[in-house]
Order: sequence, then C-alpha cells, then structure tokens
Amino acid sequence: MTQPPFQILGEDGSCPDSHRGLLSDDQIEKTLDAMVLNRILDRRLLMLQRQGRLGFWMTSHGEEATIFGVAASLEPEDPIFLSYRELGCLLWREIPLPLIFNQLIGNSRDLCLGRQMPIHYCYREWSIPSVSSPVGTQLPHAAGFGYAARLRGTGRVALAFCGEGTASEGDFHTALNFAGVFSSSSIFVIRNNGYAISTPESVQTAAESLAVRAEGYGIAGYQVDGNDLLAVVNVMREARARAAAGEGPTLIEAMTYRMGAHSTADDPSAYRTEEEEAAWNRLDPYERLKRHARWRGLWDEEAEAAAQAGWEERVVATLAECERHPPPRVETLFEGVLETVSPQLEAQRDAYLADLRRSSTTDIEVP
Amino acid sequence: MAETGTLNMIQALNDALDQYMERDEDAVILGEDVGHFGGVFRVTNGLQEKYGSERVFDTPLAEAGIVGMAIGMGLAGLRPIVEIQFADFIFPAFDQIVNELAKYRYRSGGQYAPRVLIRTPYGGGIRGGHYHSQSPEVYFAHTPGLRVVVPSGPYEAKGLLLGALECADPVIFLEPKRIYRAARGEIPLDYYTLPLERARVVRKGEDITLVAWGAMLHTCQEAAALAEGEGYDVELIDLQSLAPYDLRSLVRSVERTGRMVVVHEAPMTCGFGAELVAAVQAAAFDCLKAPLQRVTGFDTPFPYTLEDHYLPSAERITRELARTIEY
Repeated sequence: MTQPPFQILGEDGSCPDSHRGLLSDDQIEKTLDAMVLNRILDRRLLMLQRQGRLGFWMTSHGEEATIFGVAASLEPEDPIFLSYRELGCLLWREIPLPLIFNQLIGNSRDLCLGRQMPIHYCYREWSIPSVSSPVGTQLPHAAGFGYAARLRGTGRVALAFCGEGTASEGDFHTALNFAGVFSSSSIFVIRNNGYAISTPESVQTAAESLAVRAEGYGIAGYQVDGNDLLAVVNVMREARARAAAGEGPTLIEAMTYRMGAHSTADDPSAYRTEEEEAAWNRLDPYERLKRHARWRGLWDEEAEAAAQAGWEERVVATLAECERHPPPRVETLFEGVLETVSPQLEAQRDAYLADLRRSSTTDIEVP
Repeated sequence: MAETGTLNMIQALNDALDQYMERDEDAVILGEDVGHFGGVFRVTNGLQEKYGSERVFDTPLAEAGIVGMAIGMGLAGLRPIVEIQFADFIFPAFDQIVNELAKYRYRSGGQYAPRVLIRTPYGGGIRGGHYHSQSPEVYFAHTPGLRVVVPSGPYEAKGLLLGALECADPVIFLEPKRIYRAARGEIPLDYYTLPLERARVVRKGEDITLVAWGAMLHTCQEAAALAEGEGYDVELIDLQSLAPYDLRSLVRSVERTGRMVVVHEAPMTCGFGAELVAAVQAAAFDCLKAPLQRVTGFDTPFPYTLEDHYLPSAERITRELARTIEY
C-alpha cells in the first residue's frame, strides 16, 4: 500500500461536489458542537483528575474525526465495541451527560454501580457494550455479534475500535480471521495514533501498514486519513453497506495522532518531539472540520463561542450535581456476580454486613 | 411410566444437546470439528445434519476466538454452546473466559449477561500424557461469575447439561472423558433437568464421608466397596457442582460421620479439596473425630507412562479411609 491514506478535505476546507452530500449541514454542525463538548470534557476532566476528584482520564484530543466519523456512519442500534478512547461515540449518540459522569465518578447512579474504573462505559440502551481494560478482547465479540446479526437478518452491524498497538494482540488476529470466515456483519477500526503508550508503531509491525493485513484475512481493507471527517465517513459508509448486505467485514486503519498523553499516568515528552507534535497540530481534526464548515458557510465564530459557553456551563453544573451522589450501597458489592447470589457469597456477605453493623468506626448505612 | 433407554455418557450428552437445540432457536453450537464430523468424541454427532451449518458449525482452530466469538453472539441474544476439544487446550481462551465472560454481568451492572456454556472433556486415565489429561477445575471455580459443573454418569450428564443450558449464567461444563463410554445406564428419554449446585449422596454410610466428582466418583465407589470388606461404612457424595458448591450437604454428612476424605485428579496444592476441607472444618469443627484428608494427583505435571501411579486408585483411597477412621 504505497498510496497515501484516502483523503477528501482540501487544505482550504473544500471538498469535491461528489462528496459534499456525505454529511448534511446539520450533521456537520452537530459534529462540531459535539467536538466542542468533547474538548471541554478532555480539559475539565483532566483537571479534575489532577485535583484528585477523578480516578483516571484518557483524552481523545486529536482523534475526534475518526471517532465521530465512525459514530456518524452507524445506525443507532449498531453496537459499538469501544476500545477506551472513544468518548465521542457516546456524545454522538447523545447519552445524557449525567450518565457519563456518574460512571466516571462510580457513584450510586452509575448504571454499572461503580464497579469499573472511569471510561469503562456500558450503555445497553445506546448499544454500547461494556469496556474492559485488557486490550483487544472486544474484537472477537464484534465478530460474534456480527455473525449473530447476519444469522438473524437484523441488519445490524457490529463495530469495534482498537489502537495500532492492540493490532499486535492475538485477539486481533482471531477476530478478523473469524469475521472473515463467517462473513460477519462487522467493521474493525484501528485508530493508528502513532503510539501505544510510549511504543511507536514501528515496534508493532514490520509491514508498511496495518490495513494490508485485510488481504491475508480475505476481507476488505482501507487506510484512511483519520483526521479527515468526510474521508472516514466515506469509507465507513461503504463498509457498513457491505456488512449489512451480508458481504462480510472490513478493516479500516485510520491514520491519526494522539495529541495528548496516553492517560493521566503518562508523560509524552519523554518519547516524542515537539516538532512531531507541531506537525500534527497543523492537521487538528476540529480545525479542519471547522474550515470545511466555513467553506459551506456554517459555524461562524459566534456559533462556536455560543457552543463553548453553553457547554462549559452545563458541564460544570452537571459535574457538581453528579459529585453529590453517594457511592453505591455496600450490599451491591455482592450482587450480580451470577444471576442469584451463591450460598458461599451469601455467607460472606452476611458475615461482613453483620460486622459492619457492629462496627463503631463506620458511618456506612448497612441494611 | 416415561420411556427410558440405555445410554452411555456421550449418547446422553448428545441427546441433551439435541433436545435443547430443538427447544431453543437461539441455541448455536460451535467448536473445532463439531460440525459434519460430530466432534472428536462424537458428542455433537448428527446435530449439524439436523439443525444446519449456521447453527452447528466448525470454527478456525483458535480457542480464544471460539470463546470470544461466542461472547459476542451471546451479547446479540444467541445462546452459544461451545466445545473446547480438550480441557488442556482451554488456556488460550483463559483471558476471554476469566476477564470477559465471567465478569460481563457484574461489570455492566446487569445490563448484559451473555449466556455462554463451554463444554470440554477433561481428566486422565486415557494415556493422554500432559496435554490430554488435566483437570483444570480450580482455575474456573476460583473465578467469580462462572459456574463449574461436572457430571459423573449418563443420567447426571443429560440432566445437568440441560439444567446448565436453562441457567442464565456462564457455565464451564467439564466432561470426564475416561468414562464417556464406560459409564452406561438407563435414563429417561424425555427432557428433564437436574438442579445445579446440589450434591448427590450416592451411598449412605456412618463412619466417614467420601467426596468426589467426575470419573473419580467411580473409583471412590470401588474404594467404598473395598472399605466395606474391611468393616468400614462409607458415605459417598458426588459434588456435581464445584461453583457454587453444596456445602450444606457436606456439613450435614460430616456432622454425622465426623470424618471426611476428598478425592480429585488435579494436584493437591490449591486443589478444590483444599477449599472443601477448609470450609467443612470451619462449619463442623465440633463434630470432627479426625483430620480431614485429601487423596489427589501429585504436584507434578500429568504423567504419561506412570499415570496409574499419579491418579488416585481405589487402593490408595481405601488406605486413606482406613487411616482416617482409625486415627
């Protein structure tokens, strides 16, 4: 694959007439609005983590075009098997902010009852299965979900994200191989953001790209400019149509850059240069989409400023409200391991709660 | 009177799968060689022919992929039934089982609970060496979120498998392959289920409680008969479900006998016998007349030529029964 990644947006924000209809004016504005919120959250939540009010955060700064391009190309009931850096998918699906914050805080209103670290989302109502930390485990799930969708003829398409580092995991291989063999209605998107924590892409593979692997699995594969929203949407639409028609899975390698650190426990200055960061800064996906919007006559400075001010206010107020909710009830610790509580666990629970009730040092409400 | 037939364990399992597939359109069987060939032990024989190759199918040779794909199918509402060809080969799928399948219900706050059942032949006594003989039950019994079920004969195999298939939890269903064909019995041909997590008293006795599961149950039956010849009255219990397990039945028995020996094929250290001994001594301490004991495989990899020395024999078990009773 010696060609450059597929691209649509020109440097001046223009696009050929043939691709203008990929997204409507409304969708362009909805994306920009959500990207504004995404960046506010990245900034605010990072700050919150630094202040010790949040356990963990991972920014998606720089990768928004890939994330929103994927979300905007799917049907609302298509499951998105998240890797972990795809907050934008939740924002595109308009999952209410309190539900997101309650998960990050792990409070009593968290749908997952505070059982996982921040960003390990799960929202069944919005077709977002559960995120887990071991990387790549979600990929075979998407192959299986996509097989079930084809078998039952539901028309759904399962999408899974992973990073270029995760493409080295065994689960990546088995997922693409199984999806190919069973012609699963699945799409696999690699966010190639250059680094797996500190490890550069060159350590993950000797091949010229990850997209070329598609050929080895007998499936379609594309490399796309991951900072070009329209290019991502264009490739995704084709992949989705093929998957929904039962014509098999697609591998998409989106070339992008993680402009922030890997996580709140990482310092990228130790492994990459300012020159490199500056070069990618010029390809900032939000700025590129904004230029495109201006080219269409949308999203003037006033609209942008209004979005920023509006979201800032809502985020601050909603965060404050969510931080007031208490932690989950202590007895929820023992619930939902199996459908019913096992006799072994029941005995452990009863003994622990009895001790808690007797304890004078706890202010926890015990049933 | 319901119709019965004389079936071995393989036929009983096949019958259970057949009847379940008939009832539940969401049920799908996947694994290596389970399709046209009907499985290397023939447990899925004839099912692809009957239910089609979209519901009963061969997969690429990758255990992690099989289980991972089954989880995805379960998330989509199917009811996948996985065969892992030998329990010794389940470890490539360990991450998918332990980190994904077992935790999905809990970590999603009950929003998703993929119903995946994994059947796998396990255990020694077939001259299978390291990699066709192991008993990996504790890895799974130690993982919250999984059920571990082990049948010991055709009646239990059919009833427990159907019970496990009706259950909403992920199940590791360990099939003792040494007695796949050897264990035969007359069983109902109709659909029936047996309750999970209930131990079964196989033989009543007053002097000592002997606990086993799977193929070892049969060795223990021999041992109990030998012990009877020496004048000892053994109560034999088939545990059947290791996670969760029926502590109440064990305690009730030990409260009467005051003694217990647990038998398993897996190595002694950190084996499931350690759990049973710890739990029973805590619950029945005042009734004990002798230390609770274990007769198990040794803390070695499973051997090839010397497997008869490694596996607990009826003689070895009988010696331990006598020692414990005479303590």
